[in-house]
Amino acid sequence: MWDYTEKVKDHFLNPRNVGEIEDPDGAGEVGSLACGDALRLTFKLDENKRIKDVRFKTFGCASAIASSSALTEIIKGKTLEEAAKVTNQDIANYLGGLPVEKMHCSVMGREALETAIANYRGQKVKKEDFEVVCNCFGVTDREIIKAIRENDLKTVEQVTYYTKAGGGCGQCHPKIEALIEKVTKEMKKEAPPARPERKKLTNIQKIKLIEETLGREIIPALKADGGDLDLIDIEGNKVYVALRGKCSFCPSSELTLKQYVEMKLREFVSDDIEVEEVRP
Amino acid sequence: MKTVYVDNNATTKVAPEVLEVMLPYFSELYGNPSSMHFFGGQVEKKVNEAREKVADILGAEPSEIVFTSCGTESDNAAVLGTLDAYPEKRHLITTRVEHPAIGNVCTYLGRKGYRITELSVDREGQLDADELKELIKDETVLVSIMYANNETGVIFPIEEIGEIVKAKGIPFHTDAVQAAGKIPLNMKKSTIDMLSISGHKLHAPKGIGVLYIRKGTKFSPFMIGGHQEKGRRGGTENVPYIIGLGKACELAKKHLDEENTRIRVLRDYLEKKILETIPSAMVNGDRVHRLPNTLSISFEYVEGESILLLLSDLGICASSGSACTSGSLEPSHVLRAMGVPFTAAHGSIRFSLSIYNTKEEMDYIIEHLPPIIQRLRDISPFWKDYLRSQGKV
Repeated sequence: MWDYTEKVKDHFLNPRNVGEIEDPDGAGEVGSLACGDALRLTFKLDENKRIKDVRFKTFGCASAIASSSALTEIIKGKTLEEAAKVTNQDIANYLGGLPVEKMHCSVMGREALETAIANYRGQKVKKEDFEVVCNCFGVTDREIIKAIRENDLKTVEQVTYYTKAGGGCGQCHPKIEALIEKVTKEMKKEAPPARPERKKLTNIQKIKLIEETLGREIIPALKADGGDLDLIDIEGNKVYVALRGKCSFCPSSELTLKQYVEMKLREFVSDDIEVEEVRP
Repeated sequence: MKTVYVDNNATTKVAPEVLEVMLPYFSELYGNPSSMHFFGGQVEKKVNEAREKVADILGAEPSEIVFTSCGTESDNAAVLGTLDAYPEKRHLITTRVEHPAIGNVCTYLGRKGYRITELSVDREGQLDADELKELIKDETVLVSIMYANNETGVIFPIEEIGEIVKAKGIPFHTDAVQAAGKIPLNMKKSTIDMLSISGHKLHAPKGIGVLYIRKGTKFSPFMIGGHQEKGRRGGTENVPYIIGLGKACELAKKHLDEENTRIRVLRDYLEKKILETIPSAMVNGDRVHRLPNTLSISFEYVEGESILLLLSDLGICASSGSACTSGSLEPSHVLRAMGVPFTAAHGSIRFSLSIYNTKEEMDYIIEHLPPIIQRLRDISPFWKDYLRSQGKV
């Protein structure tokens, strides 16, 4: 049985915005009966060009229905420019994640939205303009490239999970491999330097930021497990803390310090932070 | 929430009587049947009694029964054990609708250079035995054709097929995992050389299987090891499970009539009521030559996984041939081989009953299934299109 999140189950059992708008401003349909899932999306805009109403009809499994429902909730109230930025990952995240084999359901949502927006703008997403790579499921190179880019896919199996391409006879696997290689190369070239330079902090700024991060990111999480932490001192890049509550005698406190507290401080404050425990 | 379990072709409940007879062999009766002392000897005696009970439901000799770990092992042993016995022959005949325990073994052998011929089935899921006549060649090493299909319950004309195979002097194996315990089998009057059974499909536990090997059949052991099972399957006997399977076979023999009367009536009742209350539903497979407990039915324009999860929410446990339930992207190979249209293949549901099911349970399903299908059709973009095309809206 699939391990669906509570949110997926909820959107499957109580789908939001089911239906079809008569005389919609934009309409898009992707998938087919033969493929095993399909989504028909219709929307209407208000006077400010925001999505006032959006409806879906979906043929497919629980995650396809839940993804469609989630999509409509995400884009309601958005302008088309904002809606166009929604990725399949946004849909999956909204649902608290999807089993990886079911990611194609979220991609179907994104594609239906894209088609509906194009329809509103009087454009047509024509399959003929692109090469059909997977004949079993009628998936074009454009769809595959987009999925590889947006989700940083590395293997044929992943591409199949996200787009269905390659899930039938398997004859297109070499073509998919070639696309992965091509896109990965392109992405490497485009990639900006690993991380933007951080602004150098003054000592006071640094101390303040450490305190803030502890209060916002770290202590609430420890408290949730019955633990706590006090900041004792800060000396250069060294942060001295004392563990309290359950943390003080927890056998994995060392792990908590290094893998959680230190990691968070490095993420939010500075890469060279080292956390040390002060024992009573 | 009550549980209505109608997925007995997937697995069955261990009968309480079966569990009871197994228990002493996990505790005080732990001897090894091969040992030369009374402590092992008393266990060996019980293993042999179990072997007799298994032989009894097959109309076989106890010496023709080989215990294995599961149906898949039995199938693998039958195919690979025969190939090994005839190393010069390189051609196998099977069908397009086998269980993966045969189907994937054949795919594997195809990659290893064997020639594999797969018999097709018609729209009813039925085989044409005559087609086989042309296909058997001198280099054919084995014909392996399932007795009854796990998804549709369709029963193949196994004896008719066996006549053709034996006339050519070729070994004949059948996967009878779904048939055993549901329809009568009698090896005394049969052309079958080898036959596979799985314990957990007939109220014994998971982890025990049987390969029947007719006396005089050439066979090399697949599991190589000790002298157990007369050298045909190495490995210390799984004593408690063998004892359990013996009891399960004894019960299956007792319940065979009930399977073919009360259970058949329940299945037919379920089928009739569903067809009456749900439009655009169709039964998959030959309704005449069919296991008494199985109903495969398709609901057009909806998807099987969604149906299953909504049923499951009400405690009803069934299965589906849809793509989404398997993790693959294509619907069941059986339904595709039958040419079931895509509108229906994705929306197939299998109900498989056992002697533990009741009329009340069927009524519970009949009450809850129609609103589930309607609910999903209301969400489906194709249902309204279909109604429109029929001039119904």
